[in-house]
Amino acid sequence: MIELRNVDFGYEDKLVLKNISFRIDQTESVVIMGPSGSGKSTILRLVLGLECPQRGEVLIDSQNISVMSEKEKRELRKSIGMVFQDGALFDSRTVGENVGYYLIEHTKMSWKEIEKKVVEMLGFVGLDADEIIDKLPELLSGGMQRRVAIGRALLSTNPRIMLYDEPTTGLDPQSTENVLALINKLTRERSISTIVVTHQIADALSIADRFIVIHEGEIAYDGDFVGLRECRDERVRAFLGPFRASMDLVAEKRFMNGV
Amino acid sequence: MVASLFGRPIYIAETMEQMYLIGIGSLFLVVLTGLFSGQGFAIAFANELADFGAKDYLGRIMSLAIVRELGPTLTGLMMAARVASGITAEIGSMKVSNQLDAMRSFGIDPIRKIAVPRLITLIIMVPTMTIVCDAVAIFGAWLIALFHAHISSTLYWAAIRERLIFGNIFVGLVKPVIFSFVIAFISCYKGFTSEGGTKGVGQATTDSVVMSSITILIANFIFTKFFFPILKGYL
Ligand SMILES: Nc1ncnc2c1ncn2[C@@H]1O[C@H](COP(=O)(O)OP(=O)(O)OP(=O)(O)O)[C@@H](O)[C@H]1O
Ligand SMILES: [Mg+2]
Repeated sequence: MIELRNVDFGYEDKLVLKNISFRIDQTESVVIMGPSGSGKSTILRLVLGLECPQRGEVLIDSQNISVMSEKEKRELRKSIGMVFQDGALFDSRTVGENVGYYLIEHTKMSWKEIEKKVVEMLGFVGLDADEIIDKLPELLSGGMQRRVAIGRALLSTNPRIMLYDEPTTGLDPQSTENVLALINKLTRERSISTIVVTHQIADALSIADRFIVIHEGEIAYDGDFVGLRECRDERVRAFLGPFRASMDLVAEKRFMNGV
Repeated sequence: MVASLFGRPIYIAETMEQMYLIGIGSLFLVVLTGLFSGQGFAIAFANELADFGAKDYLGRIMSLAIVRELGPTLTGLMMAARVASGITAEIGSMKVSNQLDAMRSFGIDPIRKIAVPRLITLIIMVPTMTIVCDAVAIFGAWLIALFHAHISSTLYWAAIRERLIFGNIFVGLVKPVIFSFVIAFISCYKGFTSEGGTKGVGQATTDSVVMSSITILIANFIFTKFFFPILKGYL
């Protein structure tokens, strides 16, 4: 469970998030959308405890993250998986070591066993393990690096929370579909809380049924798809403008399927 | 960082990797530095001493100058130039590409994972390299004594040995330990606090080398001036 209560946060002098409150239950998936620079990545950083709110509280499983010691935070983070917006792969470690990072650091498994899981995971995200496992990340294309980053975040023993910062940006349709399927599979099978930041409205719809729209650091909308389509809020309408057509398409499809 | 030094886990593999990179990588540089500065100083001293007819003291002077001052300072400066820049650049680029945050997101403490192995390595390697530098410099000075100043080998080595007392060696080894802390703290700090993309990392790297070099020189002076007299009473 993830809960933000009246959170204000700013970098140095600039207030980036204003009075943010929401609550995400265990097994719930939520999509966060909003214009560039509205503070989406910052929310994920707060949930991970990489930043501390200036006001308000960030609660993970009812524990206030701001009053935790570094040691407690490290323990907590072991159960949170995060895909960074830019991948943030360890550039001096091979793809295999990147994907197996959690297992290498936190388990006593031998490299042979880890390698097996890494190969499996690389296949899972649609990459040819034999070809890239011993390469450095810089030799891969942007989309491939992104999938490696996703594989790295997924390959931990048992995450209870998964955070994805624009996981499908820059991927071809096939990989996008794979990644989305993966996110869904994980959410369902392991009963975890998921936050996905994305600009792709179609992707958003296939991941979650709850949407939070952020506008200049404030929550402009929090609710389901139907409400989102009909939302009268100026800021939400402006943001959704370009996506209208695809939203109508989805709504139609849903109607046909009787959802 | 000091607290982390005694905390767990200590990352053995990382430390070994650093020992190799920092130690073996600096060896050649330190040998060259020792050899040429030892010879340079020996020539200058030999000529000056010859004017007083005191050439035979060359060994004593070299022994003192190298073990107590030259060896530690030159090695410290060379390691600062070579190692501090590397450490700051590496940590700095990890910082600006979010790799440190990624590490944190896996529940790993970057200080313990990155800084502590480097600190431990430096605490071991700077003194070790100082010994290498001392030895090579004394050897270089011997060549000068033999072929330039025409002092007999026996005389030179006897003089060297006479000044290689515990006190001098002790001072010559405490200094590099202090320098290792200077290099590790400044270079890691500059890396972890670098900001502003690749340009920021470049700036931090330059700052790191400049600051650690100057701090080494100042620390050396302070140690020689204030602590050595205190120590002397006990040695
Ligand atoms: N390290 C930082 N220091 C200062 N300001 C920052 C920092 N990181 C982000 N900001 C500012 O905080 C605001 C929100 O940034 P954030 O990265 O959360 O946006 P975002 O919604 O994720 O945008 P995008 O969709 O482009 O990724 C931006 O205005 C940005 O300039
Ligand atoms: Mg972002």
